[in-house]
Amino acid sequence: MIAFKLNEKDVRIDVPATAPLLAVLSNDLGINGAKFGCGKSQCGACAVLVDGEPVRSCATQLSAVSGRSVTTLEGLTQNGKPSKLQQAFIDEQAAQCGYCASGMIIQAQALLDRNPNPSDSEVRTALNGNLCRCGAHNRIVRAVLRAAKEG
Amino acid sequence: MDDRMNVNRRSLLKGAGYVALAFAIPLESSAQSPAVEKPRLPGSLQNNRNISAWIRINADKTVTLLIGKVELGQGILTAVAQICADELDIDFERLVLISGDTLQTPNEGTTAGSFSMPQCGPAVRQASAEARKIMLDLAAEKLGKPADGMTVKDGTITAAGGGSVTYWDLSLGKALEREATGQVKPKPASEHRYVGKSVGRIDIPAKMIGEVAFVHEMRPKGMLYGQVVRPPTYKAKLASVDLAPIEKMAGVVKVVRNGSFLAVIAQRDEQSIIAAKALFDAAKWDVEKALPGADGMQDWLLNAKPARKIETMKKPRAGGDPAVKTVEAMYYRPYHMHASIGTSCAIATLDPDGVTTIQTHSQSVFETRQAIARMLGVDLAKVRCQHVQGAGCYGHNMADDAAADAALLAQAMPGRPVRIQYTREGEHRWEPYGSAMVLKAKAGLDKDGNVLDWDLDIYSTPHGTRPGGQPGNLLSARYLEKPFAPPTPGNNGAPNYAADRNGIALYDFPGQNVLTHFITDMPLRVSSTRGLGAYGNVFAIESFIDELARAANVDPVEYRLRFLKDERARDAVQKAADAFGWSKWQKREGRGRGIGFARYKNTAGYCAVALEVEVNRRNGRIRVLRAVASADSGHIVNPDGVINQIEGGLIQSLSWTLKEEVKFDDTRVTSDDWASYPILTFSEVPPIEVVLIDRPGTPFLGTGEASQGPTGAALANAVHDATGVRFRRLPLTPDRVRAGLSA
Repeated sequence: MIAFKLNEKDVRIDVPATAPLLAVLSNDLGINGAKFGCGKSQCGACAVLVDGEPVRSCATQLSAVSGRSVTTLEGLTQNGKPSKLQQAFIDEQAAQCGYCASGMIIQAQALLDRNPNPSDSEVRTALNGNLCRCGAHNRIVRAVLRAAKEG
Repeated sequence: MDDRMNVNRRSLLKGAGYVALAFAIPLESSAQSPAVEKPRLPGSLQNNRNISAWIRINADKTVTLLIGKVELGQGILTAVAQICADELDIDFERLVLISGDTLQTPNEGTTAGSFSMPQCGPAVRQASAEARKIMLDLAAEKLGKPADGMTVKDGTITAAGGGSVTYWDLSLGKALEREATGQVKPKPASEHRYVGKSVGRIDIPAKMIGEVAFVHEMRPKGMLYGQVVRPPTYKAKLASVDLAPIEKMAGVVKVVRNGSFLAVIAQRDEQSIIAAKALFDAAKWDVEKALPGADGMQDWLLNAKPARKIETMKKPRAGGDPAVKTVEAMYYRPYHMHASIGTSCAIATLDPDGVTTIQTHSQSVFETRQAIARMLGVDLAKVRCQHVQGAGCYGHNMADDAAADAALLAQAMPGRPVRIQYTREGEHRWEPYGSAMVLKAKAGLDKDGNVLDWDLDIYSTPHGTRPGGQPGNLLSARYLEKPFAPPTPGNNGAPNYAADRNGIALYDFPGQNVLTHFITDMPLRVSSTRGLGAYGNVFAIESFIDELARAANVDPVEYRLRFLKDERARDAVQKAADAFGWSKWQKREGRGRGIGFARYKNTAGYCAVALEVEVNRRNGRIRVLRAVASADSGHIVNPDGVINQIEGGLIQSLSWTLKEEVKFDDTRVTSDDWASYPILTFSEVPPIEVVLIDRPGTPFLGTGEASQGPTGAALANAVHDATGVRFRRLPLTPDRVRAGLSA
């Protein structure tokens, strides 16, 4: 039995402790945000926050989050409404397919938490480990800068 | 965008995707072949002629729009919803969309080739306009007033001099169950409320807050997890395997062997992956060594025996003086991956009535359904495919293979939904790539360096192996006990269609010949990848014309305009050059500028790309400093949607051109993850400006693939401008550039 906080709620789950966190979030806990992209920490589609730090849930074992606090894309919403950052992604239409968006928003949230006023190049550097294939990069950067500006 | 519209879009997708499972009203066969005397109807309406196949007016005061094209991230759902709302005179929020369901929607073929707007857009426009007219006639009858002079606002019809009635009062029955006539005229652009505005995409909000949006997130009760075990190489045959130890592994429900097809089904996702690895290790294969290797591919293409030589264009110059000089150059593009960020996924369930229902992100639900039914040996009615969104695909990736694999495994577990999602290695190594190509260009010039005779020889393997109803195009079907052989691919369509797409230069040269050496042997599995042959052909044509311009000591923009007669083409080139600041650009050490142009397929959207690079001569690195694109896609429905597509295509093309090449040795593909197949990252993406050229009242030309070709050429031309060295083999990696500069 592993216990941890998921999006502010206590969860206890009885599945193999070696299972990837991503599989448990997706298949046992109904999380849609984090997505499978590579299983090798190379693309960032599965990013979640663990105690506020971005981690790749595809390559994190469930046991590693025991007693810790996990935040997914869903957890950023406020009363079911998009957060400022999420709203900025909507306003900037910062996606084509949107499959990478969850990882982008999580990674950007981690950036804004430690640097509320990043420059264009700081945003890009922070997101270099997150891959987008559709070419929505500049929109994503604009969305992060917009959210920062709107505080 | 200043004219961006914010509407409440959440309601629009309620009926889309798998939520629509409950909405299973079978339609009359909508794909009927029209008799000869019937009028020609716009776009896909021609083959799906009943208005009710497209539009339903519902008792709950919503309108359902059914389309055969599907959302790939290109924004088609939003664009056609804008068209429908305008023609029907209803608020955008009233629309519910259902797309790509073989049981419910019109069959619009494959969602590909930048055809969504040209085919679906006019059909929706006409069907909506005719539905509105039917409503007006019903209102006239009901109110006893003439239809002329009636106005409609959000579904409420008001007669001149008073009296009103709503759509929902008038038609919940069969009023729309009739064929379109083609006689109703759609509105002029001046009366549009939504068309021409950057309405926000209806699918985006859900994706940003973690609501179910993709097939990957569907979790029907009792779902099991499947993994396919591929052979080590394309043609390997399974010699022997002991299934018993695998069957005893944790969570394993079933191990499937059918000929050389191997798969596991497990209770949990991670269990299926662990068991699949063990199964691969347990299997003994007979392996062939047959591939030319990535570095040998150019020679292989030049020496392979083509199945056909296609005279894509034969227009020798009629008389005149002989050329005073002949110039030749050879270009190469390697294999590219679609490389979707999400690996392909599908869920299939074999129900007690014998129907296998598949949720899939296929671009071709109707034809894939047919291929799967044949593979399973069942009637077509026993397979249903429903489109649910997946990660961006950019062509024929493994979406259809995943649908087929899920269907195969579902047969082994009746009543249980079985989910397939490939591993990254499984997707990278087995997807059908965009074909490598060799392009040989030759020009005969007059004394001033103007082109008199232009020749292009195209060497390519196929660009289309979509399912097309043929099980042999489904990867796993080739390995079954009773295998389905892959059909020999054609070049399909008219000349200038696939390998030779954009092979004909749009320039008016006195003589032009294009010969396509169409090779049907396929060292690597290939299929439609954004733009098909256009990327390679435009790279070659636009590089070569740049070489000729420089040899003639003429500005590359001016040189192009000498031969470009099409006014819209000229406009696209000029607008890109102007926005770039071409005429006042100052050369600086290490920097260069380049331009590329094409009209996609020579029939679709016009696009020119101008960009500036900086080349580091020491390490060979190219930095793209900025890019400008012009886009003329005809009448623009959603400006931000066009910008998004042009910008996205440009970035993807920079990635192809700077970095991408599928690597393989004599047995197998070795590009099996993002480290061995790197793509462009945030810091490498330049600022991009898109200049839209709107042509209200003209046909929708499509946009999705327009910027791919021009971008690659513009980059190579800019690198030449910066370094004085011409690079004709892609990608322009630092190693290759450094080697070229020191040669």
